[in-house]
Amino acid sequence: MDSVKIALTVNGRRHEREVEPRRLLSDFLREDLRLTGTHLACEHGVCGSCTILMNGQTARSCLTFAVMADGAEITTIEGLGSVENMHPLQAAFWEKHGLQCGFCTPGMLMSALELLRENPDASSEEIHQALAGNLCRCTGYQTIVEAVEAAAETMRGAER
Amino acid sequence: MTLDAYIPPSRQTEKPRESYQWIGKSMKRVEDPRLLVGRGIFADDINLPEMAHAAILRSPHAHAVIKSIDKSKAEALPGVLCVMTGADAAKYTGPLPSWANPPVHQHCIAQDKVRHVGEAVAAVVAETRYIAEDACDLIEVAYEPLPAVVDLEAALSSTGDAVLHPYRGDTNVALARTFTFGTVEEDFAKADRVIERRFRWPRSGGTPMETHGAVASYDPGTGKFTIHANTSMYNYCGWMIADSLGVPAHKLNIIPTLAGGSFGAKLFSHKPCVLAATLARATDRPVKFMEDRIDNTTGCDAHGSDRVYYAKLAIQDDGTLLSLKTHIIDDYGAYFQFGVGQHGNALSQCVGPYQINSVEVALEAVLTNKCQQGAYRGFGSEVANFVIERLVDGAAAELGMDVVDIRRKNFITPDQFPYLIPTGNMYDSGNYQAVLDEALELSEYESWRAKQAEMRKEGRYVGIGVATCQERSVFSTTEFWMWNLEPGGEWTSSPDAVSLKIDPTGKAFVTLHSPFWGNSPETVAVQVLAEQLTLDPSNIEVTYSDSDHGFNSTGPGGSRFTVMVAGAVVGAAHQLKKKLLRIAGHLMEADTADLEFRDGAVSLKGAPDKRLTIAELANTAHYFRLDLPEDMDLTSGLDASYVYDHPVTTLPAKDNSHLGIFYPIMGHMCHIPVIEVDIETGKISFLNYAAVHDCGTMVNPMTLKGHVRGGVVNGIGSALMEHYHYDETGQLQNSLFTDYLVPSIMESPSDIKIGHVVTPSPFTEYGIKGGGEGGRMGAPPALAAAIEDALRPLGVTIDELPLSPNRLRRLIREAQGRS
Ligand code: FES
Ligand code: FES
Repeated sequence: MDSVKIALTVNGRRHEREVEPRRLLSDFLREDLRLTGTHLACEHGVCGSCTILMNGQTARSCLTFAVMADGAEITTIEGLGSVENMHPLQAAFWEKHGLQCGFCTPGMLMSALELLRENPDASSEEIHQALAGNLCRCTGYQTIVEAVEAAAETMRGAER
Repeated sequence: MTLDAYIPPSRQTEKPRESYQWIGKSMKRVEDPRLLVGRGIFADDINLPEMAHAAILRSPHAHAVIKSIDKSKAEALPGVLCVMTGADAAKYTGPLPSWANPPVHQHCIAQDKVRHVGEAVAAVVAETRYIAEDACDLIEVAYEPLPAVVDLEAALSSTGDAVLHPYRGDTNVALARTFTFGTVEEDFAKADRVIERRFRWPRSGGTPMETHGAVASYDPGTGKFTIHANTSMYNYCGWMIADSLGVPAHKLNIIPTLAGGSFGAKLFSHKPCVLAATLARATDRPVKFMEDRIDNTTGCDAHGSDRVYYAKLAIQDDGTLLSLKTHIIDDYGAYFQFGVGQHGNALSQCVGPYQINSVEVALEAVLTNKCQQGAYRGFGSEVANFVIERLVDGAAAELGMDVVDIRRKNFITPDQFPYLIPTGNMYDSGNYQAVLDEALELSEYESWRAKQAEMRKEGRYVGIGVATCQERSVFSTTEFWMWNLEPGGEWTSSPDAVSLKIDPTGKAFVTLHSPFWGNSPETVAVQVLAEQLTLDPSNIEVTYSDSDHGFNSTGPGGSRFTVMVAGAVVGAAHQLKKKLLRIAGHLMEADTADLEFRDGAVSLKGAPDKRLTIAELANTAHYFRLDLPEDMDLTSGLDASYVYDHPVTTLPAKDNSHLGIFYPIMGHMCHIPVIEVDIETGKISFLNYAAVHDCGTMVNPMTLKGHVRGGVVNGIGSALMEHYHYDETGQLQNSLFTDYLVPSIMESPSDIKIGHVVTPSPFTEYGIKGGGEGGRMGAPPALAAAIEDALRPLGVTIDELPLSPNRLRRLIREAQGRS
């Protein structure tokens, strides 16, 4: 299969690569760029674990071809924060025990990030709606909602 | 036999205390930072130089003879390294591990016959997964279909072509046996009534978000395999995988990765390991095999219990429970890896928290053309909980008794512990009355009963369920073979180990010999070691050993890991503390009896400024041998390891009169959900959910709560949604997350209130009990009770799960038709 040249920015770094048109963005990120924090639990668009931000909007990287990301600006979990300098969402998930195995967590964080950017005062109901497409088998979700609420509060505080 | 003669003495060295420095604190998990920033390494994140990728061609048939396989087109595809059939694999590799006795042979790629949809018929290794999957489409297989065995009761009478494993006889009954404990017939004869029901527990599965997988390589220079995998038990019986691969155990090293959830499913995930290793040897390349979701749902070897119960409970008119008889048919699917271990498990607590005098259990385990059973959160006891709770609710309804009163009347009382149930298992300790009281309060039970009455007047269908269930923890391995008719493989050890060192700078290193499954073993080890050494947790590092370096370790499962890791850390820490005290006593010219650990140092009792820090002592221990006492046994450095055996287990009786003590660290729970049924749609909404658990001494209340909540939501899935639905031809109808629905945030209660009662175990270190499975072991009977209660005006009885909207609507329609 003929490869196509794409150029995109991932976590602030520009990459130019040749990819097959059928290559999934998820595989491109995980294998070509070795950004393995984006996880694959279903590869059919239901679980949300592969969620990334593409031009500021959440996207399921398992349902996106890498060629569709040509020219795009992408943020993955690796771009959200570091152990030394966690994003308020990461810190809140840690504080509130919003994860157990951590497999769904990158996707959850990305969905929550989009929500809080668009709606810093999200209600519990709105958080539920925003995370309705992210499955977690471990936590029962309650502490995830608490973590998003806590992060929202921290982020609102930082705004002021 | 007296209780004293029956129950071994306690080996507890750390008594439960009123307060602790680190144990019992809701410390943030040490596992989390790397997971939160996307740097945790799961199986699919392993990337070796020259690594190739495998995909499997799955059987489209439930049961068929493989007549021929033409792999030429697939082999011709550029990028393909190897196309392997079952016959090819047999040149390298033998059958997969099995505990069943006599065994049922299973291969990593089917040989001659396929026995369930999704079974591997061939595997392809290629430069990319894309090419491997393309090549699978080019393999041509001719099948001759055989009769598909799908219905578990029909499987009882299969013969001829419908028999899955004819070498075991002309039957699909893998094991049939009856156990009778105590005076069952007399108790039934004297009963005022017998509650008699048929229950159906549906096949679901742990369905972790991360599928199973392995990356294997083979070094022809040393003849040794290396496998990275999200499996467990590699330090307990990893040699069985070597055995399958036809190499001696020291020619295989298994390196654990993080596992993205298990819930039992990854208990001994042997097939991906054996498959990837077989392919690696054939291709002389490292090979990755990760299940995709369909591989997982159709072939993970980890479906859960799938049972019919014909159950009878003998009772007196005053509500006294006398005796329990169950006839169980369990659908094991196509293979039989753990034998009927799930039923050994269920016998540990089949009478629940109640004083029931005698028990009879008849089991027929059948083989059908489905993915085989493995472990799922409860390992069979979740079904026993459902059955006994449904029967007790049934008794209450028949007698017109209150569901709380009938439980109180029959509870084992706190003064009766240690308590032996008819099967011989011991309940070490408990206070069921206290758990119930706490749950009634936490759930505001009385006030909800009043509200329920009001809402009913408004025509709303609101119900309250009460389930009081056991959560046995810390399995002993006898549960796996106690049902077997033929002796063999009768292991009695199920330990867990850690190794420990303090380096010259005073940092402590814990090596766990079992893997991370999504639970919190690192946090447990850190909290317990910090407690032991009075060291700040920031000084402690936790890693995992591979099988080359690991000691006998059973690993997580059966709610055992917290108890076992704590026990092993205590054992190893005691050795190090002894050495530290000896060195400190020598350097400080003090009697070790006058010294104590305090704030990360050894200090003189009563004079805490006379101290040497652990870092100072460690430095001396490593580099200043000539400052240490003259003693051949006092070696340089600070290191120890400890294999912590099961805290209290005994053998089954030879005459089957009892099964011994095999699952004794007995937790307990009370779940009280309040739900509303929309009778037009069959949809359930949660109005309240309270769960009180007694898991003995808590190491970390926050993570324990997390386990309970997560387990409750698994239980909601089992009770309301999940069911692997095989049609009559053996096709799995729901193999994707689009149709095998697990609870999303929208189906989960937004506030599960958790309470704790603490009844420490007299047998484990600090009195800890396990708490990993409880949520799922309590939610299904509680929800069934709540829904039955909600629909009481219609007279609906709940005997079968899942209570999907579809099933509920049917029950409601039938009830409305009757009235
Ligand atoms: S992996 Fe992309 S949605 Fe599940
Ligand atoms: S934390 Fe394990 S799936 Fe969400």
